[in-house]
Amino acid sequence: MFAAALIVFRESLEAALVMGIVAAATRPIAGRGWWITLGAGAGVVGAVGVAAVAESISQMAGGAGQELFQAIVLALAVAMLAWHNVWMARHGREMAMQARDLGQSVVRGDVALTAIVTAIALTVLREGSETVLFLLGIATSSASSRTTLAIGSLLGLAAGGASGVLIYAGLLRVPVNRLFVVTGWLILLLAAGMAGQFARVLIQADLLPALASPLWDTSSWMPDDSALGTLLHALLGYQAQPSATQVLFYVAALVFILAAMRRAQSRPAT
Amino acid sequence: MKMLFALLSLSSSVALLAADPEYTIQLREHRFTPSELKVPAGAKIKLIIDNQDTTAEEFDSFALNREKIVFPNSKAIVFIGPLKPGRYEFVGEFNQSSAKGALIAE
Repeated sequence: MFAAALIVFRESLEAALVMGIVAAATRPIAGRGWWITLGAGAGVVGAVGVAAVAESISQMAGGAGQELFQAIVLALAVAMLAWHNVWMARHGREMAMQARDLGQSVVRGDVALTAIVTAIALTVLREGSETVLFLLGIATSSASSRTTLAIGSLLGLAAGGASGVLIYAGLLRVPVNRLFVVTGWLILLLAAGMAGQFARVLIQADLLPALASPLWDTSSWMPDDSALGTLLHALLGYQAQPSATQVLFYVAALVFILAAMRRAQSRPAT
Repeated sequence: MKMLFALLSLSSSVALLAADPEYTIQLREHRFTPSELKVPAGAKIKLIIDNQDTTAEEFDSFALNREKIVFPNSKAIVFIGPLKPGRYEFVGEFNQSSAKGALIAE
């Protein structure tokens, strides 16, 4: 039961954190709750759909289909998060001003919403399809273990969801004039982490060289499977033994998105 | 983008020049055979995971920095390394109590 809880928790954590952060980042945008729910719902439907065809995907491209598919989903999610941040860099100030007036949620943020709904859907889809495959395995196990595994999975999902709520609640305590700076950085780091994962899956499929691997090894003092390591992985893309290529992609994404944000900031919307 | 393309073509041409040594581990009743596999250190290897079970498994290793779903009754390819000499543990994440194994690079 505990193992099942842990698996589902790990898979749901990143998606839950993305949703919690994005919910805080889009606070003044009217109707954002519906859009975020829509994104998550689309992600779940997509996850089931992907799980159904995952085996065929996996056999494509000479067995590298799974990695290529993940790489595409990750790249799209990075692009969407970057797009959201650039939009926010341009409109952040007016949003902060309007958010300060209590009950005001009037900013039209179609672009920001499109980007985040897609990013949420993609993250739920990617993490969710693995969970669906795990749950399918449970369904075929013996009746006695099925119940405990199902309970464990639900507990894991609840814990993942709770982490998302927790980070959202924490972000709401940030003064509103600084909120979008904080969420901007968090989304930037999420995007960079996904760029690092993008490199990892392509290395696994031998489509990118690993260069120095590992570039560093911090597994003795913060293992990947420790509580903090898991959290930092979901939030910042932490890994105890990353290859140089991953770090390169991480830093490149960070620099590119940050530069695009700065550019947008210096040319605010008219 | 141009750099990515250059890297992609570089890695595929390297792959063409010298085929990476292949190793296969079987997965049956949620156990790996062999559970310990010796592989050369300092060389990239092609690991084939042959899942003969009727459920999907996730080949997972933090030490190897690899993670891949292996479908029922099918094989999955994972490229690994080059590794430094040492022991690298892996698990089948969906059945961790029995599906355990390690690569020993030397």
